[in-house]
Amino acid sequence: MTEAQALIRAVEQADSAPRLVAAVQDLASAEVEAGISTLIAVLGYNNPTAAVAAVQGLIQIGSPAVQPLIEQLDDYNYGARAYAIRALAAIADPRALDILLASAATDFAPSVRRAAAKGLGALRWSELPTNERSTAQVKALETLELILQDADWSIRYAAIVGLQRLATTSELTSQIQGKFAQLLATEKDAAVRSRVQFAQAQLFSITSD
Amino acid sequence: MQSNWSQSAAETEGLTVEQAIANLQSPDLSLRYYAAWWLGKFRVNMPAAVEALIVALEDEADRTELGGYPLRRNAARALGKLGDTQAVPGLIRCLACEDYYVREAAAQSLGMLDAPAAILPLMELLTGGVEEAVPVPGRPHLTQPYDSVIEALGALQAKQAISLIQPFLEHPQAKVQYAATRAMYQLTQEDSYGQSLVKALEGNDLQLRRTALSDLGAIGYLPAREAIARCAVENSFKLLALKGLLEHQAKLHEAPTQDTIQVMTLMDSLL
Repeated sequence: MTEAQALIRAVEQADSAPRLVAAVQDLASAEVEAGISTLIAVLGYNNPTAAVAAVQGLIQIGSPAVQPLIEQLDDYNYGARAYAIRALAAIADPRALDILLASAATDFAPSVRRAAAKGLGALRWSELPTNERSTAQVKALETLELILQDADWSIRYAAIVGLQRLATTSELTSQIQGKFAQLLATEKDAAVRSRVQFAQAQLFSITSD
Repeated sequence: MQSNWSQSAAETEGLTVEQAIANLQSPDLSLRYYAAWWLGKFRVNMPAAVEALIVALEDEADRTELGGYPLRRNAARALGKLGDTQAVPGLIRCLACEDYYVREAAAQSLGMLDAPAAILPLMELLTGGVEEAVPVPGRPHLTQPYDSVIEALGALQAKQAISLIQPFLEHPQAKVQYAATRAMYQLTQEDSYGQSLVKALEGNDLQLRRTALSDLGAIGYLPAREAIARCAVENSFKLLALKGLLEHQAKLHEAPTQDTIQVMTLMDSLL
């Protein structure tokens, strides 16, 4: 048995919550591609500490985890889905664009939508062919603008975080700054307004350099 | 009054405002119940909606087997969200309703409205002190909705209620203790009350950790921000508590401050 197999078996055979957490932490820090499927399965075990460790492991593995994360997205367990989307958002591989667009716009779970909205702002656009780049960024912009109208303040908050990040990673900066100015005229939630002001200040300090 | 409901979001949920208001009088009791919830959920604070909900506080048609008034409960909850003080006299009358859950909803809503007139009627519900604050046999609740009443008095800045509330810090039920702690912080601004709620975030019971989070959000206790972000509770509860901190600061300062930026940075990390 290879070392990776032993680490995977330890996760599968863990018979208590503390042992599961310890085994997941060991597998996660090994950063082996053979462990990807097991780490993804852990996201659905309803053990937040183990899930957070698994997300960290998947993020460290990076690109090789992207396709499996998309394919094994759990349609039935929104907790697991939120962790998977957080991992995809942090890895920031643009192959996750379509799943992030769909999750941000239509997932029924707010936690999934928030994670996707944040992720949409900061994909590594440079990994896309030049001719696809601006189309992809505009899709992200359109979805984020759409969910700015959501009735749930936390979705709007996450959309602003996504837009602020998109403004710094794309050519859409001035368009997004215009959107923020417009938002302050209409947004009534004090917390969401504060986040817009914070985003404006951040963007101002970057664009005025 | 300015309307703050979101028409597009509300109408995708299958009702129009006119329908919802009309449904409050529907022969189908389940439609009435849903309409009351819906008007609160989408914060439809138009005069016609507020008036229809105030009428629903006196409803006699919708009764449970145990004698409860489901429509009154939902109407009372909705009126707190609509922010129209015309509802205050009707909600005060609900504090005397025989249905515990109507009294609870009314107390919560009065705490949300600017309703100094509610202070004395709310204090009356506490007059028996901790000795009378005991479970009702066969029911999952105490004789009065003590936690909601105490929280409302804190929110209404009822300093005259301090000596009445203080003994509830020793109530055997944690959620009543927390409510008293929260109100005492609001009424005295003494740091020790905020700190004891921070300690409660380390407790063993998930439900109580959630309660303590929501209390810290309600009092806007800024020193709790890191502890809130670390607490072993779902992110959505932590976000809501941090939002409370942020809103509290937003009332004091026009523009973001170092403190609010730290709170928002924590919130960003929980998305």
